[in-house]
Amino acid sequence: MREFVNYLADPIRSFPIFLVFFYLMIRYVKVVATKKFAVIGTLISLPPIAWALADKNFFKIVIRPDNLPINFLIITVVFFTWFSLYKGVRNDGRLAAGEVPIEALPENREKVWTWPNLVYTELFCMIAMTIFLVVWAIYFKAPLEEPANPTWAPNPAKAPWYFLGLQEMLVYFDPWYAGVILPGLIVAGLIAIPYIDTNPKGNGYFCYEDRKMAINLFLFGWLALWVYLIIVGTFLRGPNWTFYGPFEYWDYKKVVAEYNVNLSEFFWIIGLNQPLPSNMILREIVGIVISLGYFFILPLASLKTKYGAKLFKDMGTIRYFILIFLAVAMASLPIKMALRWLFSLKYIVALPELELNF
Amino acid sequence: MADKGLAQKVRDTQVWKSIFRHGPPDNARNRAAVVAGNVFLHLHPIKLKKSGVELGYTWCMGGLTFFIFLALAVTGVLLMFYYRPTAEYAFNDIVAMREHVPLGIMREIHRWGAHAMVITVWLHMFRVFMTGSYKPPREFNWGVGVILLVLTMLLSFTGYLLPWDQLAIWAIAVGANMAKATPLVGHGGPGAAFAVIGDFVMVSDKNDVRYQLLGGRFVGEPALLRFYILHCVFIPLVVGTLIAVHFWRVRKDGGISAPL
Repeated sequence: MREFVNYLADPIRSFPIFLVFFYLMIRYVKVVATKKFAVIGTLISLPPIAWALADKNFFKIVIRPDNLPINFLIITVVFFTWFSLYKGVRNDGRLAAGEVPIEALPENREKVWTWPNLVYTELFCMIAMTIFLVVWAIYFKAPLEEPANPTWAPNPAKAPWYFLGLQEMLVYFDPWYAGVILPGLIVAGLIAIPYIDTNPKGNGYFCYEDRKMAINLFLFGWLALWVYLIIVGTFLRGPNWTFYGPFEYWDYKKVVAEYNVNLSEFFWIIGLNQPLPSNMILREIVGIVISLGYFFILPLASLKTKYGAKLFKDMGTIRYFILIFLAVAMASLPIKMALRWLFSLKYIVALPELELNF
Repeated sequence: MADKGLAQKVRDTQVWKSIFRHGPPDNARNRAAVVAGNVFLHLHPIKLKKSGVELGYTWCMGGLTFFIFLALAVTGVLLMFYYRPTAEYAFNDIVAMREHVPLGIMREIHRWGAHAMVITVWLHMFRVFMTGSYKPPREFNWGVGVILLVLTMLLSFTGYLLPWDQLAIWAIAVGANMAKATPLVGHGGPGAAFAVIGDFVMVSDKNDVRYQLLGGRFVGEPALLRFYILHCVFIPLVVGTLIAVHFWRVRKDGGISAPL
């Protein structure tokens, strides 16, 4: 059983499984966003969690002081994702029935005094957080390892947990893309959201149906490409950034055979049965064309689709192309993951001469 | 006069009246006065929509983020009394804090608080997204918020180096090596190979963006000092300023979002 869980936890399998669950969640959001589902879901998931925690090694990993924040992250993200969908779907039902969202009911539009209504809520939250932090601080010492030693690198050397999603992306992309371009695009893309999303609905209240595309895209990026990768980077990556299942002992001698092949090698050696050309541009021509096509031709081609044409008409040129470019950049990560798993593809464009591997 | 309660007696003293210039907040006039007349409380409006008070709507995540920021400022200042940012002393000062300060949990609160703040600020953004609160007229404030979120992570990241243990320097080394790969301005990144005139290499490991970040080619003492200044002075100042902008704009853009 433990072996089976280890087997499933490998990103090759767990990422598709995660995506299936994500799809089911947004497809059947009306079922997911009910109190009944929350209660049943919690009850069903408790025995497996208890079973996993019964494993001494796993329990040790979970309560490692450094890993505690990720546990809190998982719990709060699961709860608040459900909670926001619950509130959204409840308002969807009201809107469909011709009523106003709960936040817009006359009694909720009414103005109330800040003192005592708001200040006491804030006081309560501050006290609760203080108690939480003090208890946490008493029971768990802040980690402190051996003094810094620049001549001896620990294995694995991990970034702080909130950057482990980025570090996990390094498996699939080189640092210039995974560590600089993608984070830059995440920040720029987040700032751009209000200027791209011109849908006037859902301003100031929870909803789902009226903002379906925006919410699905955001949830996908946030849950699948950020939180999921942090969990993998924290719990499932051991020495040499090799995959280790949740019940697997970190064996420093574990060797994983990995023969990743560049697209140019696929094309010239395997496809045309020729040696690699010495000119680097000629050598990588297929990858270069594919990459340029992906980032520049694909956005243009999307206008030919019915959905793209409608979106283009609604949004205008600049908004549309920024949205498509961000979506294409976001999709480049799962696409590269899939290519790596299916074809052991290393780089689409491999130009180590220019430090430009993609 | 004899049956006046102790509380009322205190309220009647000149000292009390000099501090709180209004009666108890049990009527409309005083409830307005208590919020408007207090420099901390006047961040709030005097009245607000009931939907914006509900915990189920705001999750209080923005407020908690700010509260943790303040708690981190206080505990951080306390830690600065004990800590010297040099390769010689830094680690030992942290050990001393742990060994010699009775019941000392300030470092723990500071560290766990920093992690908690990263989570609360993420959840705050999540809530703001799910309620569509970035939509007009709040587009600009959403952008300010995104920058604050990035700065929160940078604050946490710069603080990560200060204990000067193995966990610290190698985590920062991983991060700094990403800077090395920055296109055009990192010596290991795409484009740097073109920035060569004759024998003169314009972007090298002695002047690229990683060098500027670390004050050297590896995580050494100059990096410790830089991260210390960034962590304790520079980023907190920027964050404090942007928090002021953020809160000001929440008010000016119509308060906590609600249906139009």
